[in-house]
Amino acid sequence: MNGTRVAVLGAGIVGAACARELALAGLEVTVVDRGGAASATTSHGEGNVLVSDKGPGPELELAQLSRTLWPQVLAGVAERSVAAAHAVEWEPKGGIVVATTDAGADGLTRFAADQRAVGVRADVLDAEALAEAEPYATREHTAALHYPEDAQVQPAGAAAALLGDALAAGATLRTGCEVLGAVTRSGRITGVRTSAGPLEADWFVNAAGPWSGELSARLGAPVDVRPRRGDVLVTAPLPPMVFHKVYDADYVGAVGSSAGDLQTSAVVESTRGGSVLIGSSRRRVGFDDRLRPEVLSAVAAKALRLFPTLAGAAVMRAYGGFRPYVPDHLPVIGADPRLDGLWHAGGHEGAGIGLSVGTGRLLRNLMLGEPTDLDANPFRVDRPAVLGTTARSVSEESP
Amino acid sequence: MTHRHVVVVGAGPAGLAAAEAALSAGARVTLIDASDRPGGQYHRMLPEAYDAARPEVLHHGWRAFDRRRRRVLTRPRCAWWSDTSVWALERPDPERPGPPRVHVLHGPVDGGGRRRLTLDPDALVLAVGAHDRVLPFPGWELPGVFTAGAAQALAKGERVVVGDRVVVAGTGPFLLPVAASLLEAGSRVLEVLEANTRGTVARGWSRRPWQLAAQAGKSGELAEYAALLIRHRVPCRTGRTVIEARGDGRVEEVVTARLRADWSAVPGSERTVAVDAVCVTHGFSPQLELPVAAGCALRTSPGGEFVEVDADQATSVPGVYSAGEITGIAGAPAARAEGALAGWLAAGGDPRASALRPLRRGRDQGRAFAARLARAHPIGAAWSGWLRPETVICRCEEADYASLCRAATRPESASARVAKLETRAGLGPCQARICGPTVAELNTRLSGAPVEPPAEGLPAPVPHRRPIAQPIRLGELAAPSEPAADGSAPRHL
Ligand SMILES: Cc1cc2nc3c(=O)[nH]c(=O)nc-3n(C[C@H](O)[C@H](O)[C@H](O)COP(=O)(O)OP(=O)(O)OC[C@H]3O[C@@H](n4cnc5c(N)ncnc54)[C@H](O)[C@@H]3O)c2cc1C
Ligand SMILES: Cc1cc2nc3c(=O)[nH]c(=O)nc-3n(C[C@H](O)[C@H](O)[C@H](O)COP(=O)(O)OP(=O)(O)OC[C@H]3O[C@@H](n4cnc5c(N)ncnc54)[C@H](O)[C@@H]3O)c2cc1C
Repeated sequence: MNGTRVAVLGAGIVGAACARELALAGLEVTVVDRGGAASATTSHGEGNVLVSDKGPGPELELAQLSRTLWPQVLAGVAERSVAAAHAVEWEPKGGIVVATTDAGADGLTRFAADQRAVGVRADVLDAEALAEAEPYATREHTAALHYPEDAQVQPAGAAAALLGDALAAGATLRTGCEVLGAVTRSGRITGVRTSAGPLEADWFVNAAGPWSGELSARLGAPVDVRPRRGDVLVTAPLPPMVFHKVYDADYVGAVGSSAGDLQTSAVVESTRGGSVLIGSSRRRVGFDDRLRPEVLSAVAAKALRLFPTLAGAAVMRAYGGFRPYVPDHLPVIGADPRLDGLWHAGGHEGAGIGLSVGTGRLLRNLMLGEPTDLDANPFRVDRPAVLGTTARSVSEESP
Repeated sequence: MTHRHVVVVGAGPAGLAAAEAALSAGARVTLIDASDRPGGQYHRMLPEAYDAARPEVLHHGWRAFDRRRRRVLTRPRCAWWSDTSVWALERPDPERPGPPRVHVLHGPVDGGGRRRLTLDPDALVLAVGAHDRVLPFPGWELPGVFTAGAAQALAKGERVVVGDRVVVAGTGPFLLPVAASLLEAGSRVLEVLEANTRGTVARGWSRRPWQLAAQAGKSGELAEYAALLIRHRVPCRTGRTVIEARGDGRVEEVVTARLRADWSAVPGSERTVAVDAVCVTHGFSPQLELPVAAGCALRTSPGGEFVEVDADQATSVPGVYSAGEITGIAGAPAARAEGALAGWLAAGGDPRASALRPLRRGRDQGRAFAARLARAHPIGAAWSGWLRPETVICRCEEADYASLCRAATRPESASARVAKLETRAGLGPCQARICGPTVAELNTRLSGAPVEPPAEGLPAPVPHRRPIAQPIRLGELAAPSEPAADGSAPRHL
């Protein structure tokens, strides 16, 4: 494949992971982003690398592949740069899911049984075991499960590390370069027009995160990827009080659902700096980034149900971003059947950090005609949810 | 009759004047300040210092201030909310442009029982002031190195002697009052160092600085400070500054150096001075988090970024006005003039009222003064030449210069937000209030990249974006908010 030119459009963590795989495979890779690398969704979320929140199905398979790849990928990063690997803040600390109602306990127990059947480790914690694992967590719980495979990264550091690998393997990065439209020849995309001039390549990868819908419309092959707002609270540094990723069982319901109204579920985790991160909310509000104190309040209330002792902790910051999602809540990974040479890698919703490395591997396999580690069909581009009406009309978005 | 409801945030010189003018124009006013007393930075420390040895030096305008605060706070249409922090501003739907909903925490910070209240004003006046800016240098994190503002607060308010042998260094006319306060409190001031060269200062102020200063109501004050320094035989030097503090566990000596106009140190000009304290100031940073949260446009000037206001002190957001140090650094008299204009117009007062003419004049003179101040006391671009790889840039997170350089010079991590998450500079408890502008400047310079335009929906990576403007406890946040009832809050002087 030497000499094949690939342009990855978007330098978030998904674009970075794709660029890394393709550059290591010997392709000539150019990554372009209208902003700075990893400066959009990837640095406005959290860094949970989870298997625990996914039920059996294609997304869990991609999560399991990714979970296997992460340690291998990071070992490679560390060989290139110890500092870059350090900045990833990889912590395989495990997750604990806590139910606080009887209905929640039932749902969680059934969910875990299904997961175990496909190889996820999910260990029941009795009251004593939970108190030992998380001494500050609520005693008012109805069930608790330990998922030892769950891990955590600092997402911007992780994306920078993946991109750093790609650059070291010969890829080039162009920031401040916005893709405006496609240059096509007989049904094939041969170039893109950008704010910094034309860019030619053999293959193009749409990795524009929540703007994938907009970008693909500009390229003439729209995919229905939409934004879903999430907000995160950050406390002032605290003495160690949270030792795993601890979240309530409500999370299990929120991920797969698409109700537009506010949904909140608490995910509580501590970071290397001592701050506790508390996420998060899910709202469909377009790209409206206005602060909603009552949304933050709802997130805080959920977190206190898990950790009543955090009531006195000072929240010093809130931030948020837009999860890219497809209406059927599965990522879109593969070739576009309408425009030769165009590929998509996106729509990972609240799991794009964790799923990035598996996505990069899968895309490479598909591009190079290699055998894939899992069935890629569920992620294909020509499924109704992806090709359905885009959130915004094409004309509105044309430059 | 229903009165327009004007909420004024900040009870410093600007906010008090705004409240007074809004009341005169017939509005109902809620005056909010995080402090337990009105007065802001300028008057905060005065009551304690009232019986200082030389009250005329320390208490500029105290009597006038005291009269004003009584006049304002005792009006029946004025609700005075002390100990009240505005922690968030919530912008309305774009279809209904207007001032944001004001979210406050009411009650002493240390107390457990702060209430979460909301206000929906007809107009909002932001008068939240500035805090002093300090550039990093090797050793600035040592105990005994004070920001000039902190030193002055200690000296004026608590009468604490910060040291027996003190050097005051940095740039701007604030050096003089700080040195004066230290002398009053009993410290020995070894020297006062203005980093800018005599030429820069003279050119900036132009040929007749006293005229301007007189217009801005500052000349008498500055002359008194100068006289005090002369009486105490304190040498004042220009074109020299502290480039390093050294000591074992606390500051024991400083290295000063002669500076060129761009603030590069002249090799061989270093001098070591034994001290037990050093006070530094490099101008002021406006507290821009609330204006940014409200959606107000900013303007960039030689003195830094400020809130953009028109001739009526109106910001780019309908119904939101701004006054005082967040619109430019021009001193308390200019802040008062701006505040009065803002308050009157926010209350719906007649913009052609004759009483506004002297206020507009005072405000315009203040702006001219601010422009010259910025030109006479710029921060020289070569200041970063003092830094060493191990120099701490962000004190909260102990992030050093080497880590900033590493992040900013690699393309994959050069973006401001990514570099911040990697180096942790600005992520600590002060939320980049101290290091934010410095880190932003260093990052832009080191990465050579222009500041990125933000993506749709995502905020620009500006250092003063703090959607949560004041820390709020998780328990306070989780509790439901209540709309504030009219004049519900207690009033105390
Ligand atoms: C609050 C919140 C919490 C989250 N928590 C987690 C979590 O715990 N674990 C997890 O795995 N995931 C989490 N996520 C999801 C995760 O952040 C995303 O799935 C992931 O970052 C998406 O990466 P991306 O590369 O697809 O998109 P992005 O990071 O947005 O990258 C897309 C890039 O494309 C660029 N671009 C767009 N349009 C153009 C154009 N026309 N031309 C050039 N460039 C363009 C953009 O500038 C951007 O840099 C969370 C998200 C949010 C909002
Ligand atoms: C440390 C320091 C020392 C100074 N010393 C001198 C001096 O000696 N001589 C001199 O001429 N000038 C001095 N100045 C300048 C002088 O203080 C200003 O010119 C003047 O105070 C500006 O008035 P203001 O009303 O704009 O702001 P300020 O006086 O700063 O008032 C702002 C008020 O807003 C309140 N506030 C801010 N944020 C919030 C929030 N989120 N919620 C609620 N309340 C909030 C603050 O508590 C404060 O009371 C000093 C400034 C500083 C920073």
